[in-house]
Amino acid sequence: MTDMTASPAEAPRRNGSLLTADDRTRRRNAAERRFRVYGMIAVGLAVLALVFLLTSIIRNGAGAFMQTYITLEVALPEDKLDKSGTRDIEELKKATTFTYSPLIKDALEAKIAEEGIEIEGLSKEGDLISKEAAAQLRNFVLANPEVIGTTREFEFLASGRIDGYYKGRVTMATAELDGNISPEQLMLADALKEAGALETRFNWAFITAPDASENRPEASGLGVAILGSFYMMLIVLVLALPIGVAASIYLEEFAPKNRFTDLIEVNISNLAAVPSIVFGILGLAIFINFAGLPQSAPIVGGLVLTLMTLPTIIIATRASLKAVPPSIREAALGVGASKMQTVFHHVLPLAAPGILTGTIIGLAQALGETAPLLLIGMVAFVREYPAAPPEGFFDPASALPVQVYNWTTRSDPAFVERASGAIIVLLVFLLIMNTLAIILRRRFERRW
Amino acid sequence: MTAVPLLWLILIVLALAAVGYVAGRSRAMASAGGNSRALHSLPGYYGYNVALTVLTPAFGLLALWLLIQPVWIDMRVSALLPDSAIADSSTRDLVMSDVRRVAEGLQILGAEGAPDVVDTSFLEGLRDRLGNVGVALGSEIDAAVYRAALSYQDMTRVGTGLMWAAVLLAAVGGFALSYMVTNKDFRARNTVERGILIVLIGAASIAILTTLGIVLSMLFETRNFFADYPWQEFFFGTNWAPDFRGNSELAILPLLWGTLYISLVALIVAVPIGLFAAIYLSEYASNRVRAVAKPAIEILAGIPTIVYGLFALITIGPMLRDYFALPLGLGESSSSVATAGLVMGIMLIPFVSSLSDDIINSVPQSLRDGSYGLGATQSETIRQVVMPAALPGIVGAILLAASRAIGETMIVVLGAGAAAAQFNRGLGELVNPFEAMTTVTVKIVSQLTGDTDFASPETLVAFALGLTLFVITLGLNVLALWIVRRYREQYE
Repeated sequence: MTDMTASPAEAPRRNGSLLTADDRTRRRNAAERRFRVYGMIAVGLAVLALVFLLTSIIRNGAGAFMQTYITLEVALPEDKLDKSGTRDIEELKKATTFTYSPLIKDALEAKIAEEGIEIEGLSKEGDLISKEAAAQLRNFVLANPEVIGTTREFEFLASGRIDGYYKGRVTMATAELDGNISPEQLMLADALKEAGALETRFNWAFITAPDASENRPEASGLGVAILGSFYMMLIVLVLALPIGVAASIYLEEFAPKNRFTDLIEVNISNLAAVPSIVFGILGLAIFINFAGLPQSAPIVGGLVLTLMTLPTIIIATRASLKAVPPSIREAALGVGASKMQTVFHHVLPLAAPGILTGTIIGLAQALGETAPLLLIGMVAFVREYPAAPPEGFFDPASALPVQVYNWTTRSDPAFVERASGAIIVLLVFLLIMNTLAIILRRRFERRW
Repeated sequence: MTAVPLLWLILIVLALAAVGYVAGRSRAMASAGGNSRALHSLPGYYGYNVALTVLTPAFGLLALWLLIQPVWIDMRVSALLPDSAIADSSTRDLVMSDVRRVAEGLQILGAEGAPDVVDTSFLEGLRDRLGNVGVALGSEIDAAVYRAALSYQDMTRVGTGLMWAAVLLAAVGGFALSYMVTNKDFRARNTVERGILIVLIGAASIAILTTLGIVLSMLFETRNFFADYPWQEFFFGTNWAPDFRGNSELAILPLLWGTLYISLVALIVAVPIGLFAAIYLSEYASNRVRAVAKPAIEILAGIPTIVYGLFALITIGPMLRDYFALPLGLGESSSSVATAGLVMGIMLIPFVSSLSDDIINSVPQSLRDGSYGLGATQSETIRQVVMPAALPGIVGAILLAASRAIGETMIVVLGAGAAAAQFNRGLGELVNPFEAMTTVTVKIVSQLTGDTDFASPETLVAFALGLTLFVITLGLNVLALWIVRRYREQYE
């Protein structure tokens, strides 16, 4: 403050007791308190931002884990589904989803009649049920041709708007303005719920099902994305850990101080700070355009993320190698071990917990990385699960964070809920990984 | 894909190496008459020596072959294609990608797909049959393309056969050679350790290779871009208006303005909060507060940027629009400079605070004690003694944060908007924080995702943007590290 810069000559002489504060002391103490309050505000703001961020995401995304289903008795008449009567699969395939959707509509109408539900001005009651339902029914019939001619009970997804109604996203008022749903349809849904034909419960399909198209958010899930992310993490682990550890061992234990090792050091510290999108450009130019690897494949994503994770792992590994006291090395060398034996038999095992922790944290970073994956084509719409490794590494797949981005670009507001739900899944994975890292550190860390 | 047979080759070589280990070890033991003390090295090293001499040349050759073969075959087949096979609207590269797809399809169809005698009806049927096995083609298959695909397939088959032979030969050769030299006086440990050291050096060099790959790939494509588009326009033009039909205006200044403006807002948010948080936590906070607040701030650092992006898109953006932009009449877009800047600022708080924390803690305690001894209060000590001493380090930290902000992608993709700043609309719109504004990174993403044609300047501009971004962030990082390092040495 300015009063401190005043020359000592001008400072008032203290006349009173030390125990009574004069003006200047009070000012200085007030400044001290203000400064302390600024600090508290800053910490408070940071913590508040975290809390706000998390609650906003959880509030928006919790709904994605619940889903509304409608149970209906569907008749599967032979004259519509299998005109030839042969149950030949090729013949059955000729009946498209357009043949199946009236069946579902009929079943719904029958249910309405059975329950005696009457609603003024109700139209298009078929919109209650997801467009996915016809495909679901068709796939079931194709897999079990013997059910044709019988009547069976099916559980269908309710359409996104109905689902949103039970999660508070859609209300009677908004339905009035919405071209895709009417208040009458919502009343019908309520009546069905009363009758026990409609229920909202935990949604496993959100975690296991593949993505679905633009106009059926209720059917979309994270299955392919989780699998794709898992494949990439596998590749990153298999490549980045050995390479990172080998590089660190060289730099920490063997490297002479010369131009070459300086160059490596500078490169590693710079790579750690290169924007992630630049790694995406690298992946596109080198792995896809030059090496000809397929787009959207986990192998390319894994390679790019490996290069991004390497600096993290190297920095962590070097720190834990450095933490092993020289006395260990000297003792090993003293009993006749070679330098290489010292490192591999003594230093490395002692540094292993630190290396593992660093690796897990690096993997967690890689798991959340989005930008480079956009450039290598992982945004593509993928409905098929990739095959088992190793061929699966070359199949198109999505990734968790990219799926989030993908959903935010779609217009239906139900996808916002899905995107936030996917974030929750992602954060849960990150939480598990980081907790694991902390436990490992607590359990195995040694202080010398 | 040829992944499965390739896997077999790798497994065979690995098996050979395993056999080599056992063979080498037992030969060494035999030459020492079963007495391992007569050996130069521990018996295992003789085994590792054989195994390594099997693996290294075989896998080296394999990797080299896999890199070179596709390029070489492409060149040969491309030379076979007559100019007449390339339609006016197409390019040789596009036709070559058709050739590769047909060849891939024929591979799946197997022998029945490829008769020697070819007539038009066969070609017409072929497209459908390829479609059935999942190889979709954009146009009818030309006879020349079909022939090229056949020779492509042939060459690939021969090439793969040769590769198997060469790799196996290398493996067996390595085996034989190292097995022959194995005897009790052979300095196996030294040889193996030298080999391991080379592997370690190789792993460490990957960092250099990555940088080289980044720089070269972007330099190469940027050169292509500047061949089509004048560099003066790129660096000094004032309008960004890409148009995939041609006649685009691709100037970097509007994008750079957006990038710098958003980064500035982010720093205005992050630097005071981060700095004060660091000061409070390191100088004032009780242990209890620190135990809660410090991890909480660190959690912010562990949250992926896509989460911040979504937060900007669905929470902060609408909030700023409804409570600030609309009432003030400053704009009606929920994605804006303020949205992206604010959220990015939150992201940078832990970055600034943990770096500042390190720097503040490295100011020697003696300076503080001296100040207290003169009667200064704690805050006076911090402001007039600790801060000046830590200033270079803090400047370095801010520069690092700025480089982070400039390179950040997901937050701006979701929070800042897609429209480039327009210089001709006047200063008011340029500095309005509630105006949507795009950045360099957003445009890299938008120019490179989706169907891209790597010959058009609209796509290639992304590489020039990327290179500019790389140079800027690299410059900031080097400067920051230089400042931080210089400062650290001062007190050590």
